[in-house]
Amino acid sequence: MTTLLWNARLINPETGTDDTGAVLIENGAIGAVMTNSAEIAAAKTRAAEMIDCNGKCLAPGIVDLGVKVCEPGERHKESFGSAGLAAAAGGVTTIITRPDTLPAIDTPETLEFIRRRANEAAPVNVLPMAALTKGREGHEMTEIGFLLDAGAVAFSDCDHVVRNTKVLQRALTYARSLGALVVGHPQEPTLSAGAAVTSGKFASLRGLPAVSPMAERMGLDRDIALLEMTGARYHADQITTARALPALERARQNGLDITAGASIHHLTLNELDVADYRTFFKLKPPLRSENDRLAVVEALASGLIDTLSSMHTPQDEESKRLPYEEAASGAVGLETLLPAALRLVHAGHLDLPTLFRALALNPAKRLGLACGRLANGAPADLVLFDPDAPFVMDRYTLRSKSRNTPFDGQRMQGKVLATYVGGQQVYGRE
Amino acid sequence: MRFSHKHLLGIEPLAPDEITMILDLAERYVDLNRGRAKHGDALAGLTQINMFFENSTRTQASFELAGMRLGADVMNMSMQASSIKKGETLIDTALTLNAMHPDLLVVRHPHSGAVDLLSQKVNCAVLNAGDGKHEHPTQALLDALTIRRAKGRLHRLSIAICGDIAHSRVARSNILLLGKMENRVKLIGPPTLMPSGIAEFGVEVYEDMAEGLRDVDVVMMLRLQKERMDGGFIPSEREYYHRYGLDAEKLAHAKPDAIVMHPGPMNRGVEIDGTIADDINRSVIQEQVEMGVAVRMAAMDILARNLRSLPKEVMA
Repeated sequence: MTTLLWNARLINPETGTDDTGAVLIENGAIGAVMTNSAEIAAAKTRAAEMIDCNGKCLAPGIVDLGVKVCEPGERHKESFGSAGLAAAAGGVTTIITRPDTLPAIDTPETLEFIRRRANEAAPVNVLPMAALTKGREGHEMTEIGFLLDAGAVAFSDCDHVVRNTKVLQRALTYARSLGALVVGHPQEPTLSAGAAVTSGKFASLRGLPAVSPMAERMGLDRDIALLEMTGARYHADQITTARALPALERARQNGLDITAGASIHHLTLNELDVADYRTFFKLKPPLRSENDRLAVVEALASGLIDTLSSMHTPQDEESKRLPYEEAASGAVGLETLLPAALRLVHAGHLDLPTLFRALALNPAKRLGLACGRLANGAPADLVLFDPDAPFVMDRYTLRSKSRNTPFDGQRMQGKVLATYVGGQQVYGRE
Repeated sequence: MRFSHKHLLGIEPLAPDEITMILDLAERYVDLNRGRAKHGDALAGLTQINMFFENSTRTQASFELAGMRLGADVMNMSMQASSIKKGETLIDTALTLNAMHPDLLVVRHPHSGAVDLLSQKVNCAVLNAGDGKHEHPTQALLDALTIRRAKGRLHRLSIAICGDIAHSRVARSNILLLGKMENRVKLIGPPTLMPSGIAEFGVEVYEDMAEGLRDVDVVMMLRLQKERMDGGFIPSEREYYHRYGLDAEKLAHAKPDAIVMHPGPMNRGVEIDGTIADDINRSVIQEQVEMGVAVRMAAMDILARNLRSLPKEVMA
């Protein structure tokens, strides 16, 4: 079975190119990537099915590192079924799930449950992360070896920072011996305890408990020092402040095995968007100043920050319709990741191949996955999208069970036209 | 002149003219309150509900009296003891009350922004009687009226606000109001009790009382909010009193005719010396309480006038 997607703008993050061409799908994998017209003409005679992409963009499907699916525990907020549909509609072909569920994913048995549920219910690839410490409590490490065997792609306690540095040191040392990737949340936990916004004029005007952006750098500095001690493989889940960037750069120059991510909300919104206590803008870490936002956007464009993800965190109305301090943190993002990220392209901060380097290639590489590329032999996980199509975001159109998006009512540009996972179309506009 | 707001949630959205409008009307109510028959009918037939999710004696009494003097039916709900304890959310409480058709809702809540949230879910006019560390607009208005009566004007004055600025909604509302009316505002306190980004508020910040109080017209003391302290903001009460407590020696740096204010309740011997608080030539603390009733009468009167001209739309 062969399918030819032709007349497409091929967004290739590996080569950094954006050329018109075609992709041949053979047996669920990419059989050929062609820009030569004679080659394409020859392929047309062979292909069983042909799809005219009408000059729209064809890119590797998004690999979203750090998605919360609320199974087990809070299935009313998001299930693998609803998250999978949302992912497909958003051009996300691989979800890397977070273990911050109820209970936490900290044993091979619970991980096995996730894998089974995900395969039954979700039309996209689902790969789970497991907790680094039991119950994400920061006392004892999990069975990292068994969890790796059971399919964990990385280990993280998510927003529960391991406070005890000795525990983290041992966990990192053990993880290094197995080559496991540890995903940290750089934050000094006592400084950020109870904080709802970033400190500064806005926080003081609104009278909300705040944390200095310095808490992120302090957390990152500690983790970097531990990497020097242990040599572990480490990924910082979200870098959101300008002050953390020089530390990251130095660690990279010193040859430590460190990568870093950013969340789409911190790259497209700032602290002032909270306005009159709008709880859909309450995130963890909180939204930052405009200067921080721009610095992190620049770091993403330069490659200092490797990955861009949605940090998809479903919350129901009940947990958001509360006074700001009491409201839950987090926003859904699977379906809005691409159109929001395209704002950065439309604003001239980065080009499409650079964007897909952060959305697909880099997360896949960091996790050792074969996807995320437009290359022969890679899985045919693809997204076809129109980067310019305008629309007004209506949160009630979201496929997620929770509709807590900060982009409700906003004008956006960029629509997914079709999503392919392993060569199968899992989403397409009629 | 129109008052263009449905609610009184804070000083921040008010225009200087609107502040003056409330103060001018409050002057008339001061006269009414000083007369023998202290009764008007501006709120006759209207229902006022006071919802206090946080303990209050003086503010609640002041609002209650203000409503009664203008002829409203006033009901007090102590939310500490009620359904909130049974797990009801703020919005459900608001919807329940809304179904009883109140006209004025006076709300105090321990969380910043909670009164704002509640106001979105009800049809009546909402008055913020203090929300977390955000705003306490009627306190700033009564302070403004007190200053205006004592100094004959409410602009181009040098005004010091001293003490626990970080945890004070009174300070925030006063900084906003006094700034809007074009006064020079000086904040004095230990740096651990200053909110972040305070220098961007168009104020001067001092850590030393003598320096900060130099030639000011008005000294506003704040209560040291012991109940809000996480612990460890200041070394001890006595060191605080030594460095920041208002006594005759420190007050000597202010103008000779400077007035002393305090929103109450006072901690004598912590932030203010008892003799200064009782000095009738300097202290206007009792006058502040009197202005409180008048300002709240004026604020509710103005909102009630708006209420009559507004269609009663139904909100979810």
